[in-house]
Amino acid sequence: MDWYPLYNSLRIAAISTVAVFFLGILAAYYIARLPRLVKGVLDVVLTLPLVLPPTVVGWLLLVLLGPKRPLGLWVLETFGVRLVMTWWSAIFATVVVAFPLMYRTARGAFESFDQNLADAGRTLGRSNTWVFWRVQMPCCRQGILAGTVLAFARALGEYGATSMVAGYTPGRTATISTTVYQLWRTNDDAGAFRWVLVNVAISAVFLLTVNLLETRQRQAGKGGAR
Amino acid sequence: MALLVDIRKQLGNFQLDVRFEAENERLALLGASGCGKSVTLRCIAGILTPDEGRIVLDGTVLYDSASRIDLPPQKRQVGYLFQQYALFPNMTVRQNIAAAVRERTRRQAVTAEKLRQFQLEDAAEKKPWQLSGGQQQRTALARILASGPKAILLDEPFSALDSYLKYQLELELTEMLEQFPGTVLWVSHDRGEVFRSCQRVCVLDRGVSQPVQTLDGLFRHPDTEAAARLSGCKNYADAVPKGSSVFLPDWNVTLECGGAVPPDIRRVGIRAHHVRLAEGRGENAIPCTVARVVEDVFSTIVLLRPVGAAPAAPPLRMELDKDAWEKAPGTETVTVSVDPRDILLLR
Repeated sequence: MDWYPLYNSLRIAAISTVAVFFLGILAAYYIARLPRLVKGVLDVVLTLPLVLPPTVVGWLLLVLLGPKRPLGLWVLETFGVRLVMTWWSAIFATVVVAFPLMYRTARGAFESFDQNLADAGRTLGRSNTWVFWRVQMPCCRQGILAGTVLAFARALGEYGATSMVAGYTPGRTATISTTVYQLWRTNDDAGAFRWVLVNVAISAVFLLTVNLLETRQRQAGKGGAR
Repeated sequence: MALLVDIRKQLGNFQLDVRFEAENERLALLGASGCGKSVTLRCIAGILTPDEGRIVLDGTVLYDSASRIDLPPQKRQVGYLFQQYALFPNMTVRQNIAAAVRERTRRQAVTAEKLRQFQLEDAAEKKPWQLSGGQQQRTALARILASGPKAILLDEPFSALDSYLKYQLELELTEMLEQFPGTVLWVSHDRGEVFRSCQRVCVLDRGVSQPVQTLDGLFRHPDTEAAARLSGCKNYADAVPKGSSVFLPDWNVTLECGGAVPPDIRRVGIRAHHVRLAEGRGENAIPCTVARVVEDVFSTIVLLRPVGAAPAAPPLRMELDKDAWEKAPGTETVTVSVDPRDILLLR
């Protein structure tokens, strides 16, 4: 059995989770402070990929990044790099699709954060950066963790946009989800079943780990009374 | 002069206009809920920005709209005790205090000293939610003092506590603040708290500050209705000055005040426990019918309707010891009186 799709899926999901982690937190942090109207508009735009069919997201990405489109063409001519149909093209798709999950959960966490804690830190002479990383992030840990888990799970299972932007080339751009589809299409039920098992196993291990972490955290009494 | 505040800020249709000077003392900011006390403190701490004005602390300009100075909270050296203490829930007591010491070389020593000084050594490794109310308060204060403030702002420190615990913590807090050499601003809506804990008081009435006065002045001679209300006075009526007495049209009575009444007096206040049962027709006797009797914990409250009062006039409230009311000659009609010195003349 060729394990390339597993390896490819994991690295795509991992890289896009890291990207979405920072992008989502950054967006949540700054958008939570904007005036209500601007916030409302940005909220809709940034959450759209969550409700749009992945094929629509894929099509939009191709319009933006395709080799004959302005941005894709510019990158191709300047750096000699094609933005689509490589293994890392899938990262664009997974980042866009997973971003709203991170952004929304992080924003919810930030909005329920007690602003007095931040003000207390500032009147004690601590910088905004210190307050953010040492107080606000740890206090919003649950929400941030939940968002990260959701984003990773979504990135790992992404199919529609990925198949359009990265395509399916065995050994190059194949992921678990595109492989399952390809094997099913070619009537290789046994092969498809093996990959389905792999996928279920990864997801189960992943969720178990998260539950374990949460339980341990609660037992350690961190923030237990809240 | 230690702290000078002179600020204005528009909040919706609420206009804040506060000015006062505080020495190195405990000054109370006393006002009803929603009168702008917290906003004032936040402006001083730099969490909110006033529209215009000036804030000076120990000769350092913290804020000046004219010369565009607006120091960030980090540079103001103003300690802020939040209502729920705002201890960092993810840190232990030790870490909370250490967070306030910015110089790394002094951090350990200062933290250890504060832990000892505030008797928090046994609780040092606990998280805030594991602490008692007293320990939380001590941690919050230790943390503020570890940051080396020039002034301390207390934002209704006991608003969420039951009365017994509140009293304990109040004693403890006053004791700890005795050691602090700078200005302490104590925001409260509770006159008892202010009376027990502060030296002078600035009354805030719907966003507008009144001149700073001594506590004695506030409780004996409040000169506005807002101040009288905050000092606990319950009865008010419109008044027309007449030589050394005032005529109260609502109740259709004339009360002798024992001295010339200034012509700009428009209202009078009478404390409920200054309304006393009278025998016969002495000075300031007011014959009344009893409208209602309310039993309070340690006293009886009697709502009276002066004979000849206008139909829409507010009742006259009398508060007296339970057994004094039991010994009253009648329970349908009584005659009460007010000592001329007990009539509060309000502008």
